[in-house]
Formats: sequence, C-alpha cells, structure tokens
Amino acid sequence: MSTAPLVAFSGISKTFGGVHAVENVSLDLNPGEVLGLLGHNGAGKSTLIKILSGVYPPDAGEIRLSGSPVNIRSTRDAKALGIETIYQNLALSENLDSVANLFLGREITNRFGFMDDEAMEEAARTSLDRMKLRLPSLSKLVASLSGGQRQAVAIARAVHFNARVLIMDEPTAALGPEETAKVGALIRELASQGIGIILISHDIHDVFDLADRLAVMRHGKVVGTTRTADVSKDEVLAMIIAGTLPAGMARRDH
Amino acid sequence: MAVATVRPRSFSDNIAQAAGLDARLLAMLGILVLIWLGFDFLTSGIFLTARNLFNLSLQVSVVGIMACGMVLVIVARQIDLSVGSQLGFIGVFGALLQTEILPIADPNTWWLACIAMIVVGTIIGVVQGVLVAYAGIPSFVVTLGGLLFFRNAAYQINEGRTISPLNETFQLLGGGINGSIGATWSWVFGIAAIAGVVLVVLRGRQRRRGHGVAQRTPLTDAITIGVWSALIIAFVMTMNAYQQPKTGIAMGIPIPVLILIGVALAMSVIAKKHRFGRHVFAMGGSPESAELAGIDTRLLTVKVLALMGFLCGLASIVITARLNAGASATGTMTELNVIAAAVIGGTSLAGGIGTIYGGILGALIMQSLESGMILMGVPTPMQKMVLAVVLILAVWIDMAYRRRQAT
Repeated sequence: MSTAPLVAFSGISKTFGGVHAVENVSLDLNPGEVLGLLGHNGAGKSTLIKILSGVYPPDAGEIRLSGSPVNIRSTRDAKALGIETIYQNLALSENLDSVANLFLGREITNRFGFMDDEAMEEAARTSLDRMKLRLPSLSKLVASLSGGQRQAVAIARAVHFNARVLIMDEPTAALGPEETAKVGALIRELASQGIGIILISHDIHDVFDLADRLAVMRHGKVVGTTRTADVSKDEVLAMIIAGTLPAGMARRDH
Repeated sequence: MAVATVRPRSFSDNIAQAAGLDARLLAMLGILVLIWLGFDFLTSGIFLTARNLFNLSLQVSVVGIMACGMVLVIVARQIDLSVGSQLGFIGVFGALLQTEILPIADPNTWWLACIAMIVVGTIIGVVQGVLVAYAGIPSFVVTLGGLLFFRNAAYQINEGRTISPLNETFQLLGGGINGSIGATWSWVFGIAAIAGVVLVVLRGRQRRRGHGVAQRTPLTDAITIGVWSALIIAFVMTMNAYQQPKTGIAMGIPIPVLILIGVALAMSVIAKKHRFGRHVFAMGGSPESAELAGIDTRLLTVKVLALMGFLCGLASIVITARLNAGASATGTMTELNVIAAAVIGGTSLAGGIGTIYGGILGALIMQSLESGMILMGVPTPMQKMVLAVVLILAVWIDMAYRRRQAT
C-alpha cells in the first residue's frame, strides 16, 4: 500500500492482574475501510478498542495514526484526534433531546458559556441530512426514540465533529432487521466518505455483509485477518471458535 | 432528503408554548389557583386580600430561593440535607459579624456582611461537594453530617444567644415595614419586566429566523406577551394595594421577593441556556454517558453543591434580616420544606428531571396551604400532617403523569 494506514496497531499488549487481555497485537485500518473485529467475549477485542478510544493506556506497543505515532491518554485525547467511539449502550442521555445529545460536552456557546440552541439545532439538522438520517423531531427526548433512531443520534454525534476513525461496538445487536439495514447503509455511506470504521461483534452474521475485511481475535491475540470476500462464514467461525485458519491462508496475512 | 419534521401545533399547544410552559406547569398553576380560590371561600375572603398575598410572597421567598438550588442538586442525583442548618449557621455568623466585628451603624456594614455570608455559604457548599465528588462519600451522608454540624456550630459560636438588633440597612433586605420598594418603583419594575418579555419574544423570533429553525406563530407570541403582562400587572397592583399599617403608604414589591425573582430568572437561564445546566441534566440522566461525553462530573458535582451553598447564604441574608436577629434555631427543618418544594414541583429524585419554575411553584403551593390553614385556625400539627399527605400525593400524581406520557 502506498499510503500509511489510518490506524496501525503494532505490538500492543495489555495485562490485567497477570492475565494477557491483549498480547502483541498488530492490526491495520485503512481509510474508507470497514473492518470487522470478531471474537468471543473475553477474546480481547473490547480491550484493544478501549486502548484506541483512550479508556486504557497500553502496557506495550505503539499506535500510529496516518503514519505518525500518537499517545492517547484519555477519551478526550482520542476525540481530539478524530477517534470516536459508539458504545453498545450508545451512552446517550435519555432525558435530553437529540440536539443536546449530539453536542453534549461540545456545545456551541458564546464566551460566557451560554448555548446557542438555534445554531446547534441547525447544525444538527444539516449533519443528519448529510447522513440521510431521519428523526421525527430534533426536540424529542431520546427516551422516546426507537433503537434505530437512537443509533442515528449516536452515529451523528460521533461523525459530526470530523471523525476519521469510528469504532462501533455491536452496532446492530439491539436492532430489528429493517433498522439493521438502515444502519448498515449508513456505515457504507460513512466509509465511502473516507472514514475508517471498526465494527466489533461476537456474532459473525452482524458484520459479514458489512465488513471489507475481518480480523478475528482469540485469547488476546489476532488469529488472522482476511478479506471478507475470500472466506465463508464457516471458515470465519472456525477461526473464532477453534483459532484455525482457512486452508491456504497464512497466519496474520497483513 | 430526510428533514426533521415539525408536528403542527394545536391551539392549546399554542397557549402552553406561549408562556414557555408545558402542560405539567399549567396543571400546577391550575392547582395553585384552585387552592387560592378554595381558601378564599373557606376563610370568607381573607385569603385573597392584598395583605395576605403580600405576606405569602414574603414567606415564600426564603424557601423559594433555596428550592432553585435544590432542584439542580436533585437533578444531579444528589441531595443536600444541610440547607436548613446552613441557614441558621450563616445567619448567626452574619449577625455576629455585624454586632461584634464590624461597626453596626456604619454604612458599609450591610453589604460587607452580605458578601461574607454568601462567601461562607459557598465555602460550605464547596467543602461538602469535594467530600461527595472526590472522597466519594454519598451526599446523603455528607449533608446529614452537615445538618448536624452546622446546626450545632450555630449554637456553639454564639453560645445560644439570639443576636439582635442588626444593621438598619441590612434589615431592609428582609422586607420589613420599610423593606419594600414602594408604588412608583414597583410600577417601574413591572413596566421593565413587560419590556423584558417583549424583548425576549422578539429576539427569539429573530434568532429562529436567522437559523431557519421552525418559527412560532405570531398568535403564540402575542399570547406569550399578553399572559405575562397580565400576570406582571396583577402582581404589581396587588403589592401596591397593601399599605403600611399606620401611614397608608403603598408597600410595593418587597425586596426579598425581588431577590427571589432575580434568583429564579438567573437559575432558569443557567439551567436551560448555559452549558453548566445542560451538563447537570446530562449527568443526572446518566452519569456514565456524561463522563464518556467528556464532562468532568466530579468538578460539576462540586459546582452544583457550591451553588446550593451560595443560595443558602442569600436565603440566610433574607431570613436573618426579616427576623432582625441571628438565632441558632433559624431554619430548623427548613431542609424538608425546600426538598418538598422541589419534589412537588416535579423534580425527580432519580435525577435528570426538574425545572426551576416547578420548584418555585412547589414552594408557593406549600406556603399557600400552610398560610391558608393558619387563617382557618387549623392546629399546627394538623397543618403539618396535611402537608405530608400533599407531598406524597403530589409525587404520586406526578409519577402517574410521567408514566402516561412515556407510553
């Protein structure tokens, strides 16, 4: 590849009380790519992602962003670098409306801290329109929105502030088929804009149709990465469950 | 292209939105009007006299000022049980300051004492806030300690004496005989308030137009101005109708009520329009989400309790000035009135939900019930029992209302 990957993990390790949660992991994410990160619960995928999103510091290893090494010490640091995370529970404040959630912690204010509600509403609408997201009303409380609508708010919040890397933890696990399709279309749309997306899932079916590439983790290590087009679901399942690579695939092909 | 759509508004929505109010608030206003009319009937017309309404407004100011802070404290999923004790302690402190440290008749004494009292309240709030946010002790425990500590500190520092009289200018802040602004200034205030309403409405239109955000109908805006103007005029006329007992000079708006109005406006703006208020509601709704959004929830907790302490200082100025005395027992059990006012006003103890105007209306409803029962000659224990039932009933109705809304 001619240009540096958007995110490059190299030799990342993290232990909790002597247990290797993540062990010597190296993994790349390219701009505009959707990478599915698969593995059982406890395989280390969440820990790896939390290292990228600033929740945990790594014990060893290096993260490069577009080629330059970065030191991510807090979620604020990560956000400042354009790394946004959408947690499985979405981390929305249900007692606030969509606009308030979209701008939470990053409100548009004057220098005395007073908010410009109209400017935020306008920006939120522009942002949602650009992503072709539909919400019944921006001033409705998040508590009254459907699962898919909430996902839309969480995604809008993540990408509104010029995200380069988007991490999504089980993005479609709680959604019905129709909403899953919508979120899927949105993920493709965002990737086409050049955002690198990491989808975390323990269920192959959630990500198989969406991801360009799959990375499977097991016992804290990367079993292998593969282009989705090159493998069957059964082969990926074997990687997840037994840690065996499909015939003809080299260990860590990347 | 998908655009967020706006539901067409019905006429009742128009009225509700006009006053910037929701259906819940209108219901509370309705209940208040019913209480007033009911007591007026039961007391053969004594309740709705200028004199009684004047006193009612005066009585409600202390609890109202503190309820504004308590709403935010409860919204933030905390509680402050120490506010009544703070009221007593800060009052004794302010009285001692005026009588034993500062020259009592000096023209600077009153404002120096006021600043010192507010500073002491704020410091108490900061200390309690740090214990809650950084030491991780539940606010219930910290402020229960505060309740015990400051009540007894109030007895300790003045050896149980009642300190009186206080500086004469300071006394005006309590709204005594001379503690009102008179008819002329009351009208000036009323006209300025109406001008303020008009200005806010026009600016709202302008801002919405500038950003292409859904506009309110002109009817809505006209009703807004009409309703508020009528309320303001009625209020000023009532306050002016009450006359000084001997001279017959119109009293006008009492200073404590002006303080309450100022606090209520400032706190409403902070709660709704300032980043700080937004973050408090976010934290109360979901502390984890607020944290992940990058909000420093610990510092925010300290700020909320500090603001509560600040308002306790302010309320203490009013009550101490009104009593013209620093007494150790001042404010005993007031914490319960303040919390009850916030809760009756729709503040959810689960956090994340509440309004400043709700807290003030809650205080007004409680005070109206108490005042009405006193006029009817209901024995004190009976009054308190009725208030207790009202408190539980109010929360029950509020929960039922919310449940219905959620579906």
